[in-house]
Amino acid sequence: MRNQQATQLLFELDRPGRRAHQLDAPDVPMPSIDALFDVDDISQAPPPLPQLAEGDVVRHFVGLSTLNMSVDTHFYPLGSCTMKYNPKRNERIASMPGFASVHPMQASSSVQGLLKCLHELQGMLAEISGLPGVSLQPAAGAHGELTALFVAAAYFQSRGENRRVVLTADSAHGTNPASAQMAGFETQTVKSNADGLVDLADLEAKLGDDTAVFMLTNPNTLGLFDRQIERINQLVHDAGALIYLDGANMNAILGITRPGDFGADLMHYNPHKTFSGPHGGGGPGAGPICVRDFLAPFLPGPIVDLDEESETFELLTPEQSIGRVRSFFGNVGVLLRAYIYIRTYGGDGLRRVSEDAVLGANYLLSKVRHILDVPHGDRCMHEFVASATRLKKQSGVSAMDLAKRILDYGFHAPTVYFPLVVDEAVMVEPTETESKQTLDAFAEALFRITDEAGDLVHDAPHSTRISRPDDVTAARKPILKWSEAEPSSSSDS
Amino acid sequence: MSRKPETLHYASTHEWVDIDVVDGQQIATIGISAFAVEQLNDLVYMDLPEVGRKLSAGDEFGEVESVKAVSPMYSPVGGEVIKVHAELPDSLDSLNDDPYEFGWIIQLKMEGDLPDSLLDHDAYQKQCAEAG
Amino acid sequence: MSYLFHTDDDRREMLASIGAGSVQEIIDLQVPDAVQLKRPLRLPDSTDELNLTRELNQVAARNASTATHVCFLGGGAYDHFIPAAVDEIASRGEYYTSYTPYQAEVSQGNLQVMFEYETLVTQLTGLGVSNASLYDGGSAATEAVLMALSIQRQRRKVITSDVVHPQYREILEVYLHNIDAELVVVASDADGSSSTLVEAIDENTACVLIQSPNFVGRVESVSQIADAAKASGALTIQCFDPISLGRLKRPGDMGVDIAVAEGQCLGNPLAYGGPYLGIMACRDELVRRLPGRIAGQTTDRRGKRCWVLTLQTREQHIRRDKATSNICSNQTLLALRASVYLSLLGPHGLRETTDHCVAKTAYAKSVFANAHRFEVVHDTPSIKEFVVRDLGEAVPSLLATAEENGMLAGIDLTPMTQQASSGSSPSLLPSQYQNCFLVAVTEQRTRSEIDQLASVLQSAPQLASVMTDTSL
Repeated sequence: MRNQQATQLLFELDRPGRRAHQLDAPDVPMPSIDALFDVDDISQAPPPLPQLAEGDVVRHFVGLSTLNMSVDTHFYPLGSCTMKYNPKRNERIASMPGFASVHPMQASSSVQGLLKCLHELQGMLAEISGLPGVSLQPAAGAHGELTALFVAAAYFQSRGENRRVVLTADSAHGTNPASAQMAGFETQTVKSNADGLVDLADLEAKLGDDTAVFMLTNPNTLGLFDRQIERINQLVHDAGALIYLDGANMNAILGITRPGDFGADLMHYNPHKTFSGPHGGGGPGAGPICVRDFLAPFLPGPIVDLDEESETFELLTPEQSIGRVRSFFGNVGVLLRAYIYIRTYGGDGLRRVSEDAVLGANYLLSKVRHILDVPHGDRCMHEFVASATRLKKQSGVSAMDLAKRILDYGFHAPTVYFPLVVDEAVMVEPTETESKQTLDAFAEALFRITDEAGDLVHDAPHSTRISRPDDVTAARKPILKWSEAEPSSSSDS
Repeated sequence: MSRKPETLHYASTHEWVDIDVVDGQQIATIGISAFAVEQLNDLVYMDLPEVGRKLSAGDEFGEVESVKAVSPMYSPVGGEVIKVHAELPDSLDSLNDDPYEFGWIIQLKMEGDLPDSLLDHDAYQKQCAEAG
Repeated sequence: MSYLFHTDDDRREMLASIGAGSVQEIIDLQVPDAVQLKRPLRLPDSTDELNLTRELNQVAARNASTATHVCFLGGGAYDHFIPAAVDEIASRGEYYTSYTPYQAEVSQGNLQVMFEYETLVTQLTGLGVSNASLYDGGSAATEAVLMALSIQRQRRKVITSDVVHPQYREILEVYLHNIDAELVVVASDADGSSSTLVEAIDENTACVLIQSPNFVGRVESVSQIADAAKASGALTIQCFDPISLGRLKRPGDMGVDIAVAEGQCLGNPLAYGGPYLGIMACRDELVRRLPGRIAGQTTDRRGKRCWVLTLQTREQHIRRDKATSNICSNQTLLALRASVYLSLLGPHGLRETTDHCVAKTAYAKSVFANAHRFEVVHDTPSIKEFVVRDLGEAVPSLLATAEENGMLAGIDLTPMTQQASSGSSPSLLPSQYQNCFLVAVTEQRTRSEIDQLASVLQSAPQLASVMTDTSL
């Protein structure tokens, strides 16, 4: 039943002579290319792209889309990624020509409507974070982290302080140490304690007068809010260092607590997570950052500023700005969707979002802990991390097996093998946009899998077009592009 | 000639070293232990140093990768790299079968003494048993 | 409310199962009272879809756009035509509401798209391997430089030219500021040759970053620069324009080691600057240092061909502080749009598009060359962009007049010749571009629009005798 046009490659559908997009002859004289350009600069033939009819292209890509699970089609409890419903009004409004067809080099006077939205968004993000300085420039969460670290470096340089070390938690996203390294810092890892929270003794031991920033994820990647936060705040600031908050888990705390109120000096948002994205198959995202007032002079530009007198919006770059981290303004399309989302809910609504995210996660946790071990307690914020260690010992079913088999039940898998501090980790984030019925069905499926015969689970998934791809050969003998020499057998049976 | 695991020296970081004397010069042959190969599981890539590189004992000389892990390899002894096993990265499968003979990775013209921190076979086996 | 699900009954049942009296009780167990927010967030009230749509429709209508104005703006973002099939396919929820393909079995659509995108980029660039995309052209250029520095551990100098996109250089400066590297910006030669740049390459040079066509629309002598770089052991990075490759030689055919580009021009909306698409390809041998996600081909347990994310040990989630980059996302949705776009164009459609740009740009240049008030600054050929000098020295008011008349006429280059945004740095563009503006002419522009642009500018007082001779 599967349409072959989807699983063949574009390059195998290629038939020389086929055309899709064509242009009529230009309405101006066509100069001689050979006469105009240096012969060394031009090529005789255009690049060897495939030649296809429009019908080929549409059927191919529409067919391919059906091989994806997505939030629109499936429950997607991928921990740490906040796969919530992506509102359709966001898409329609952000696609209006007055937003989507605006050139980035237009004069500010010609984009006052758009700048008004972005200016309001800056204010909203400041209010939600409790941190007044906002830059919307970074293109993704990891990019926001890096940008904030550039800001921290500039701040310390301006004070003549030589602080070279960034501390990251062992449960942190890998982007934390990678960003710190790119920003020119050395990294040291702070351990988690038995409760999955920051090991205060280890933090204290590693803090020193060379510590620039402690990068904290709170709620952390185990889905726990670190209740020692006031002590952490005191320790880090007493050492003269700054606290960076990885805002990946903001969906748990909107209107409940604010990073600026619990001690963070800098943070990034993931609007594609917290403010309903969408995730776009891996991107685009955005990574706006918020900072305390004394760090705001170092933010990258441009920032939208309201001239109260003339009531016009302008683009400004702060005096001591680090510079820019991306071309043009930033990922405006993603930011607009966040703006629309926040406008849709309002302040009270956002708190309800987080409360329901916490409710859903704790409810699912109350079911799952009868099926799998949950090493870090029976309460969580917006997500929790179970472990398949016991199951693996008893029946040989690993976290990976669980993840693969759950696909057969029509659910996307949780995140597995992250965070690294939990063995056989199964990280579940249901989000607030799933019903109790869906959560019940998911827990029921997990329960049934633990009862299933080993082979059935080891060989899963069974209902997908492919199963258990060979990652080892893919990495050992990488095939990173189609070429005529490669075998083209692709027939589905 | 067949290298016997029992006769080798081991670093706690799972590299083995075999010392030969050729024309009065100590030549160190270095590889990674069967235990390490097994732990890493399905090796996919190995990054080797260039000939001529000078290493101190404990320096990273390369990396070995599985699909989802990277492990640095540290030189158990100091010296200058005089030979690298260039065919090895293309036959990582064989490393599983024969880590001590075919699986040699680099040779050094050794400088300095054998560090005291190196383990003999029994001590190394004991360390692995505790880790496993 | 909005997108929430739980009824009051649901909530009661869920709390009972948890064994908690309220959500607040769960929160109180974890979040210390002292840091809880005891007031509502000060945000606008919630708004329903009808009112929000109506309101934002009006807000959107306050912006000039390519729907209301004829666009001659370029500078790294271009008003190229987007075929309907691109929007149609990219608006499928299966694409835009999915995420990074962590579970390959249920992500074959995205993975195959990534693999096809990578193949299309290698076909486009003539280089061996492409990643699955980066954020945008500017950060891709910077990532390429960082990649070159990590390959060339003993060399610390990065050479670039003052006619590489000013914003790209600003990004580069920020990234290189805190690490051990030296950025050298070489002044471009007035005759368009690359002799000064070539002379600057030495044994400490890790890489040379050039843009061709460059920011002011000139085609650089890429082969010559790449040869010189190679001779001294440096890598060549070219920032290219994908649309130009219907006619210009591919980076890989000119000895370039790493090619980067802004992929907005390939079917992606202007969207006031983003999200955009960072294209990056390199020679096969460099793949282990390539940043970003990469999809590769393999087989499944039944031997069926399929696709997976591969070579992941380069990446931050495994290598952490030793990763090739901190990047953790890729612009899949925009890469999808670029793939659909290139599939629809094919080699002949791409060449037609390039030719339309070349022809219309040549026509526009002739119109400006014939106007007394203006001077076309360079007499070298253009793909789609060129610099015009206003002898009347009033570029801002000229552009404002054009805007009032429904034309976005060009980018004022004067501010870029004065200072960089980060204060202390030297100017971003050579002083010769004072009183100049940059004009871009895509395949969408018509003869009458170009004529109209000329007549709008002519309508200003100093332009009395502009169009007396328009013969080409």
